[in-house]
Formats: sequence, structure tokens, C-alpha cells
Amino acid sequence: MKRIYVNEQWCLGCHLCEYECAFANSNLKEMYHLKGKSIFPKIHVEDAADGIHYAVNCRHCQEAICVKSCIAGALSRDENGMVVIDQNKCVGCYTCVLVCPFGAVMPAEGGKVAQKCELCTKNACGTPNCVAHCPNNAIVFEDRG
Amino acid sequence: MSDIFIYPEYEVVRDRDACIGCRVCERQCANEVHRYDEVLGRMVADSTKCVNCHRCVCLCPTHALKIKKSEDCYRDNANWDYQTVNEVYRQANSGGVLLSSMGNPKPFPIYWDKILINASQVTNPPIDPLREPMETTVYLGKHNNEIERDGNGRIKNNLAPQLKLKVPVMFSAMSYGSISYNAHESLARAASELGTFYNTGEGGLHKDFYRYGANTIVQVASGRFGVYKDYLDAGAAIEIKMGQGAKPGIGGHLPGKKISASVSETRMTPQGIDAISPAPHHDIYSIEDLRQLIYSLKEATGYKKPVIVKIAAVHNCAAIASGIARSGADIIAIDGFRGGTGAAPTRIRDNVGIPIELALASIDGRLRHEGIRNNVSLIVGGSIRSAADVVKAIALGADACYIATAAVLAMGCHLCRTCNQGKCNWGIATQQPDLVKRLNPDIASKRLVNLVSAWNHEIQEIMGGMGINSIEALRGNRLMLRGVGLNETELKILGIRHAGESL
Repeated sequence: MKRIYVNEQWCLGCHLCEYECAFANSNLKEMYHLKGKSIFPKIHVEDAADGIHYAVNCRHCQEAICVKSCIAGALSRDENGMVVIDQNKCVGCYTCVLVCPFGAVMPAEGGKVAQKCELCTKNACGTPNCVAHCPNNAIVFEDRG
Repeated sequence: MSDIFIYPEYEVVRDRDACIGCRVCERQCANEVHRYDEVLGRMVADSTKCVNCHRCVCLCPTHALKIKKSEDCYRDNANWDYQTVNEVYRQANSGGVLLSSMGNPKPFPIYWDKILINASQVTNPPIDPLREPMETTVYLGKHNNEIERDGNGRIKNNLAPQLKLKVPVMFSAMSYGSISYNAHESLARAASELGTFYNTGEGGLHKDFYRYGANTIVQVASGRFGVYKDYLDAGAAIEIKMGQGAKPGIGGHLPGKKISASVSETRMTPQGIDAISPAPHHDIYSIEDLRQLIYSLKEATGYKKPVIVKIAAVHNCAAIASGIARSGADIIAIDGFRGGTGAAPTRIRDNVGIPIELALASIDGRLRHEGIRNNVSLIVGGSIRSAADVVKAIALGADACYIATAAVLAMGCHLCRTCNQGKCNWGIATQQPDLVKRLNPDIASKRLVNLVSAWNHEIQEIMGGMGINSIEALRGNRLMLRGVGLNETELKILGIRHAGESL
């Protein structure tokens, strides 16, 4: 399946992806409507010393430990292989948050349920908004088998 | 002694309603203009540090930023304008020579904009390049005046080595050191894809780029940086740089902070130590000396590669070109006074040299009069800004054009003209690793290919309109040009008639 990959070599650490993600999932009409709001993006840029930056979001693992750990059956894999979350079933135990080795599952706004990247399939974008707006083509959407 | 404060020439303007405080501007500004002010609870900008490179403007996701010209002014004075006064203050502050980057920005005449192109009507039909073949391939090198045949009447193949360009545009010299690794890779990849050439400049050729050798012109300049047998063998042609349009008569000075380990290895100069190119080639004081270097380079590479001699457009360039055309060079490159640079003394950049249009016309005319035009091809650079400039240059007598400012613009440059500070926010004129990575060659090479392909389409359209279907038929075809608003002397030098004058 097509997944989001990040080429560390080109990631600038500008954090634009976080805002594009938050906007894509916000149902807001304009980006500037984010003004004054806290954002809850599903992608996070990790910044380290020596200018290392890396945007991290769900890898959609073949052996998804979050899916295995979910006590409520909220996390599952859809027919395409994408790991999805049903927030109506989520009980907010955050076991998935604890077990995800990438830190790619996190509490959603309000703190009642978990959230994760679903490749912008559940918002108006249709294709990943972080990929579309990465200024240096560091974030790509590819099928690498 | 404290410096006299000079108000910034440009100011950062932020639309407070649109700014969402994402801090992209802060993270992307190497000059540390933007920051989040905890007391005010919002983003603020220090315009005194802004170089007007537009990186923040382009990356702001809500388009909340713009840069505007400062309204600060001194008392009106037609003689002592704002910038002139500030330059005096700056020199009184520092005691230093003023440095500038990119080409001469002063309001000298731009002859390209005073020349108009002809088109066919009625008696000589135009050609539609979308339906009919339109040749833009150019061969650069020494051309034969006559065909020679052997005893059996077969044509002797005694043509000197040639460069084949699919488009009449090449990327001119920018050294690794003055521009980044990624910028060089972008140029190399674009040149390969376009079937044209890029030029190493005087900084040597990075070992990773030898594979683009078939589309590389290697330069030999007064500092001889990075020149050795493999380097000469790697390129498709060798260019001897005698001068540069932005700073004729001046050498080069790459500051030590730009000489990274990789630049040092490529240049073969010590890391962290300034690399200084002398103003003259210390072994060239005459055309005869130049001839010796040309033949040394030809000998070293088995007479398989054309040798280019690049000179700045100066007052006596026609006579100099005549000498070069007799010296064994295959190609002469002329660089006009608008040509760019990574750093030049401001006074030199803004006051030395002549417009490329006039230099080209006088050189082409001189070589024709002397019957030696076929000895060499002519390349012109020094502010070729569009396909129309290319067409006009070719009609004035050029074989091909060099572009560099247009090329760096395509890669993202916004002509902030502070290359000399080494903090290019676009990752072009810098060696700082965190800035260099901002230029992804996948993107930049594509943009270069787009630019030159677009120009090539336009060149074909313009040629078609003139009823010309081959760039060869356009070269030196000055009857296709007319001047507007030019005086007798200018028209005479350009060798064109005034608009309205028929044949």
C-alpha cells in the first residue's frame, strides 16, 4: 500500500506539516482560522542536535502493535492495509499511545480518545495534506511494497 | 565608537489577523529576523536584520507576511540619494570596501528592451512550430570556411571538436563554494536532461559530479583551483576564465568560512582559509601567452575538446576578441556588465564594464570584417533574462547564451543580493549544511528544466513568427531587429536600423 515516508535528508524542521495536518483535520475553511487555537496534529517533527529533523506519523505497521493492544476493538486494519481508528469505540485507555514505538498515536483534542494518521482519507483532502504542502519534498506518499 | 544607525531599507509587514503563530518564519530565517515575543504574546520581526530574501513570505502558510520598501527618508536631494548617503555611513562605520552580490542593479540602459523583433506578413509566411519542425540545436566550436576533399573526392572530416546543444542556452559558471553542492547537482542534472551544459566555475568539480561530465564545462581560472588531469578530462569543454562581467579586472575571493572540508577537497585549497583568485593569470600577459595556455590544455586533453575563452565585456573587447579568435580558442564567451557574482566590490560591480548587447554587436561585427568569424563561436551572458533576450542575442550574432541569474532565480533565489554573507535562506549561495539541505535537487533540477524548456518553446514561437525554422538562420540576422529610442551611435554599434526604417 502507499504509505507516507520521510526523507530525513530533506526534512528542514519547518513544522509546516504539523499545521497542514491540523488544518486538514480541523474542518476549518481557512488556515488562518487556526489563529489562537491549540493544534493537535497527527504528524510530529522530531528535532535533534546537529540539524537533524524528522517528521513522524503512523507507519501502518504490518504487525501493528497498537491494533493488537486495543482493548476496545477501536483500532483495526482496513481492506487496503491502513491502520484506522474508530473513535466511537475508543475508550481512551491510551494503551496504543504507550505501545506505539514511533509515538504516532496520540490523545486527540479534548483528551477523551486517541487519534492517528489515516492518510487524510477521512477529511476533505483525500490525499495526505502534509505531503502536498511539504516545501522540500521531504514527505512523500509512495508504495514501497 | 558606535555605528550610526541606518534604518532598514525594507520592512517586514505581518498581517496580525492572518498570523497563526506557527513559527515557520522564525525557523526558516537564517538571519533571525522573526521571533515569538512572550511579553506581547505574538510573533515580531526585526527588520534591521532582514535581507529581503522572501523565504518567510513564500513559506508562510497563511500568507500573513510581506516585505515592503521602508518609508524612512532623508531630506530630498537629487544628488545625495538615500542609498548614497547610507553607503557613506556604512563606510564611515566600518572603514571597509563595500561588497555586493549578483549583477549591477543600477538604472543603466537595457538595450534588449530597446530592440524589437520582426515578424512575417503576407509575402513570407510565418511557420507554426507546433506543426512543422523547428531546429534549435546549436553546435559550438571552430567552423570550417571551406569543404576539403581527399583524392577520391570524399569530404575530409577535419572539423574541430564541437559542443552540441539541444537548446541555445547553457548555465554559466558558478563555482562549488560560491554555490552549494545541491545547487551544483541541480544544474548538472538539469543540463543532462536538457542536452546542454553547465559550468563548474573556478571551484573545481566535486567527485560526485564527474558522472555528469558529458554535460559539464570545466573552468580554468587564475587561481587554477581544482585543476588537474582528471578534471580536464572530465568535462566536455574547457573554459579559460580571463574575466567576469560583474567584476572585470578583479579576481575572486572566497572567504574561509565557505571553504568546508568538501569545498577544500574539490578546490584543492586548505580548509577554512580564504581562496583568492588573482586578478590576472600570472602566466598570461599577451595573446601569445593565452595561446600557450590554450594549446597546453588541448595537448593535455588530446585535442578532443573545444577550448572556450571567457572575457568580460569591456571597452576594447572587440580587439581583444579578435586576438582570441586568432589564438586557437574554439569559442569566446563574453560576459556583460549586468552579470552576476557571489561577491564583488560594489563600486566595481556598478561602474565597470559595458552592456553585453553593445559588446556582442561590436565583437561579431569585428570578427566578420576581419573574416575570422568562423574561427570561433560566440557565447554571451551577463543578464539574459528571457527567451526574447536569447532571440535578440542570436540575431545580433551570438551562437548561444549563458544564463546564471535566471537559473538561480528558477531554483528559488529572490535576488536579495547578499550571497556574500553565506547565509542564503534558499540553500543556493551557502555552505551551511542546514541551509544547503533546503535545496532539494529533485525540485530545483525540475524547475531549471521547466524554465529552459519554456524558453525553448518561446524561441521556436518567435522564430516561427519570423518565418525562420532554424536557429542557424537567425544567427547574425540583424535585419530581423529594429531599435526604438536609440541614437545614431547606438544603432551604428548595434548594426540595426531604427523601427520604421524599411530595407
